[in-house]
Amino acid sequence: MGLMDRHAIIEKNATLLLVGSLLVVTVGGIVEIAPLFYLDNTIEKVEGMRPYSPLELAGRNIYVREGCYLCHSQMIRPFRDEVERYGHYSLAAESMYDHPFQWGSKRTGPDLARVGDRYSNTWHVQHLSDPRSVVPESIMPGYAFLKDKPIEVKDFSTHLVANRRVGVPYSDDMIANANADLTAQADPNADISGLLARYPKAKVGDLDGNPQQVTEMDALVAYLQMLGTLVDFKHYDEAAGYR
Amino acid sequence: MKFGTETVALSLFAFAALVAAGFGVDEPFRQHMWVLFIVLLGFIAILLRKTSFAPAARIDPSAYMDGPIRYGAIATMFWGVVGMLVGVVIALQLAYPDLNIQPWFNFGRLRPLHTSGVVFAFGGNALLCTSMYVVQRTCRARLFGGNLAWFVFWGYQLFIVMAATGYLLGITESREYAEPEWYVDIWLTIVWVAYLLLFLGTILKRKEPHIYVANWFYLSFIVTIAMLHVVNNLSMPASFLGSKSYSAFSGVQDALTQWWYGHNAVGFFLTAGFLGMMYYFVPKQANRPVYSYRLSIIHFWALIFLYIWAGPHHLHYTALPDWAQTLGMVFSIMLWMPSWGGMINGLMTLSGAWDKIRTDPIIRMMVIAIAFYGMSTFEGPMMSIKSVNSLSHYTDWTIGHVHSGALGWVGMISFGAIYYMVPKLWNRERLYSLRLVTWHFWLATLGIVVYAAVMWVSGIMQGLMWREYDEQGFLVYSFAETVAAMHPYYVMRAIGGAMYLSGALIMAWNITMTILGHQRQEQPLPGSVPALQPAQ
Repeated sequence: MGLMDRHAIIEKNATLLLVGSLLVVTVGGIVEIAPLFYLDNTIEKVEGMRPYSPLELAGRNIYVREGCYLCHSQMIRPFRDEVERYGHYSLAAESMYDHPFQWGSKRTGPDLARVGDRYSNTWHVQHLSDPRSVVPESIMPGYAFLKDKPIEVKDFSTHLVANRRVGVPYSDDMIANANADLTAQADPNADISGLLARYPKAKVGDLDGNPQQVTEMDALVAYLQMLGTLVDFKHYDEAAGYR
Repeated sequence: MKFGTETVALSLFAFAALVAAGFGVDEPFRQHMWVLFIVLLGFIAILLRKTSFAPAARIDPSAYMDGPIRYGAIATMFWGVVGMLVGVVIALQLAYPDLNIQPWFNFGRLRPLHTSGVVFAFGGNALLCTSMYVVQRTCRARLFGGNLAWFVFWGYQLFIVMAATGYLLGITESREYAEPEWYVDIWLTIVWVAYLLLFLGTILKRKEPHIYVANWFYLSFIVTIAMLHVVNNLSMPASFLGSKSYSAFSGVQDALTQWWYGHNAVGFFLTAGFLGMMYYFVPKQANRPVYSYRLSIIHFWALIFLYIWAGPHHLHYTALPDWAQTLGMVFSIMLWMPSWGGMINGLMTLSGAWDKIRTDPIIRMMVIAIAFYGMSTFEGPMMSIKSVNSLSHYTDWTIGHVHSGALGWVGMISFGAIYYMVPKLWNRERLYSLRLVTWHFWLATLGIVVYAAVMWVSGIMQGLMWREYDEQGFLVYSFAETVAAMHPYYVMRAIGGAMYLSGALIMAWNITMTILGHQRQEQPLPGSVPALQPAQ
């Protein structure tokens, strides 16, 4: 068997073995991942998607920090039971500003892709502080400490700038107002017209029941309450979005 | 002066950590830099104690360098026990949620500590020390680069400590099995390139004409992990004095990049590397040649080519385009063949030595490892079929599958290799006790069986409950009811894990006593000594 004999060449040359195996392992990634960056139909055309408001982004960072993705998915599959349980199946467009994605891989708890507007702010605060006081069967850890932790704002615009560098369309206006928007969103007395012009549908007001300060609980609730609410499915064309 | 430059370099590094601790822009980063500073002070103290002004002793260039391997074997055992202990703790947290202690010891922060602890700390150290052991002996060459091996060993431990403490402080990129933040990733990249140089350099100065098959697997594992690690961790820090960074990719592209990485952390870290281990230690312990040379060539190239494609099966029915999902499924099913090629090559190496399963508990451990490898590499392709995956995805079935591979294959083959290496590394005549190895074997095997069986039942039950409709067309169960139904299985799963952990503790005791030079007085295992014949 000639081919097998020729394998001895590779077995005697470490450089060939290294280069050969590196070439062999790159093929799959190039064929599968690279097209996702240039095929137009990878991400559906939808209306309503916008970058996260500063407070939502801060809340999302808390969601990431606490490892929520380890038990909660944000990806509704197109099955009858999932659509009835959680809402319209998730579109790629809905996570196009997510750096990183939070689709998750496990549902120890329910999917959160469309949890926004499903419960009141008070419910979220109570549930996060003491999950079993509202859902007796729950096995979720408590996050009461978020209520006491004021959000650390040194210069939140750096977070928006970092996101812009990786492709999120934050405007100069958004970046200039980052710190102001962050506090205004959770302040019931603030002027929020600018905020809502920049970030339509943002959930504003005293989110955590404590108007004195902007806490991590405010941020997390602001994020949870907007999840899955941006795209208006009345105007979504299912056939055009099919890939 | 011995260690002069090293001490100075470490001191500068520690000073930089102190500055970062003072000027960090977010609280977790400042805390993390204090941790780094204190760890580096510890390293400096160790180096200062070893400093000597006498000229360095000449090193015999033909002798093997076993120091880092000895440390690596101990580190493997240590991190193994730590990682498995955290696993039992989080298993209990799922059964008894009051065990969560916020904020540092909540499930969400401990779970990456468990996965990274067993995959990278336990598995990684096992790969590091066995690869250094195997490459020297199959190349008949001393490790390349002088103290480079020590840098790789200690650099890797620093990575583990920084990753682990980061998780508890809430520093994470949220990419499964690639959670450490950007600065820890950069450090791992440096250590990994050093590891590649160490391994490749040793192969290049070999005295054997052929590169042994185990080294193909180790080499492809090292180089592929380098590629995966760098691409998957591309991210933009919000500040160079802060812990937070944002992934270079978003949404669907980010998801596939992550699972291209995630699946091949399994494929190359937990499979190719450990196949390298199998190809050296099984023939050695069985005292038989590898079953088929041709099979090893075919299965090596087929395995590394096909594995890379399998990532999309983690994203079935998601917003990933269908063509990518289908491609991932097809390649995952094809992957079954080279996987079983490896299993056959490992198992059939015992041809003519099958009796040793009865008499040698270390061989028994290696055989059960290969058997679990075969089992989970059949289960994996099956679960990658879209219709099966629609049921299994998001459930505990996936967790059970991972554990039959991780506890059964990765754990058992590592235990076998450590049992083989330790007496040789410390020049001991034999292990402290073979009977304790038998205890370890049965505790671990029964623990896996309990674990996997419970997770099959609970996972399939969970999936079926989520999609169950009554005759009027309504969903039968609320989500909370499905959570409540899981409780007994979570308890049993913790018991299975605790059995596996207790086996590892017995091993740690056995290895410690072997290193200390003790031998347990015990009856030899039945069949291990020839039965005495009555005089004629």
